[in-house]
Amino acid sequence: MTALFALVRRDIRIALRVGGGALIGVLFFLTVVVLMPFAVGPDLALLSRLGPAILWLGALLASLLTLDRMFMADHEDGSLDLITMSRTPLELACAAKALAHWLAAGLPLIVATPVLGLLLNLDMVATGAVALTLLAGTPALTFTGMIGAALAVTLHRGGLLMAVLVLPLSIPVLIFGVAASQAVIVGPMTFGAPFSILCALSLVSLVIGPFAAAASLRQGLD
Amino acid sequence: MSGLGHGKIQLSGRGVACVRGGREVFSGLDFEAASGEAVAVVGRNGSGKTSLLRLIAGLLVPAGGTIALEGGDAELTLPEQCHYLGHRDALKPALSVAENLSFWADFLGGARGDATESLATVGLEHATHLPAGFLSAGQRRRLSLARLLTVRRPVWLLDEPTNALDVAGQEMFGGLMREHLSRGGMIVAATHAPLGIESRELRIGRAA
Repeated sequence: MTALFALVRRDIRIALRVGGGALIGVLFFLTVVVLMPFAVGPDLALLSRLGPAILWLGALLASLLTLDRMFMADHEDGSLDLITMSRTPLELACAAKALAHWLAAGLPLIVATPVLGLLLNLDMVATGAVALTLLAGTPALTFTGMIGAALAVTLHRGGLLMAVLVLPLSIPVLIFGVAASQAVIVGPMTFGAPFSILCALSLVSLVIGPFAAAASLRQGLD
Repeated sequence: MSGLGHGKIQLSGRGVACVRGGREVFSGLDFEAASGEAVAVVGRNGSGKTSLLRLIAGLLVPAGGTIALEGGDAELTLPEQCHYLGHRDALKPALSVAENLSFWADFLGGARGDATESLATVGLEHATHLPAGFLSAGQRRRLSLARLLTVRRPVWLLDEPTNALDVAGQEMFGGLMREHLSRGGMIVAATHAPLGIESRELRIGRAA
């Protein structure tokens, strides 16, 4: 446990220091959402109808933006060699890295959501619903994204490949995340059904992600 | 300093073959190393010195043959008992010297020495709070050496360990290696320059 805790703490520290990835994601999220009302125009009803989708897209793209560096930096400076050699199972190390990434890059997105909801003319309930679905759904984005990040290290192709690999995996998360938020705002579905599926997607990726990423990293040893 | 807490160990490879990118680097390689012994792996560029170290460290899968450690901790695999000091130094520029070292000590676990003492030994005690990004190449190497001292492991796999070290640094490092060997440790080093301690030569690849 000490080892995993040390890994989580190190990754969060690096992300929060100057040049780390944590702020970049939030800034990107902020930019996308702030620009959207200017692009859509001053139709408040339309804006609040598009709101959840815009917030979800922004969060999805922001998390993609920082995910590809998850293993790349460790690979480049040789840390990944030592992590592979250590007594900590690689699967758990991957899970710890994903947790650290979510805490440093995913959680700030959720914290920023209520503020950004104001810009999109969302009321308190709608903003709360979007924040809740993001809280349930972003772990799935991180843990499936981790698989792509591990493959990007293995295949030496970097960011573009990663986006291509991860996007299809994140589409169900996007669909059910937006569906659950829309259910609260316009209906007619209930909130429960899509939200349960969203939670299920997160739980499944929590299990599969670390194993798939570790397998990919082992395969790519060189 | 306390001992490594293990008896005699013996590292042996039988008929080890290495294939990189479809090309056979070496094959049928036999080697042995025992407690208190340093093996200097020599050979021309591209003969597979680094590959051999990475095979022992479990970072490459051998195309043939076996590598085994006898007499070590039966609970642990060979890579878990090895320190690998490669070209890349596994340091995070954003973290301070002390943070880098304490992370590896916490993460690698096992028997550990005193981090502050290790930093003093390698001559970095004045720079503990400096971000590792500001260190020179030689200082980075010294910090990597502090990792070997802080986390106790019987087998040291060193890839060009004296690179970037100044003369005083090489002497200091020679002393550290001698101390490690006297405590029953083992060193396998890939090197072009003389290692600075008594060592047995293992030549791989065809003669140049």
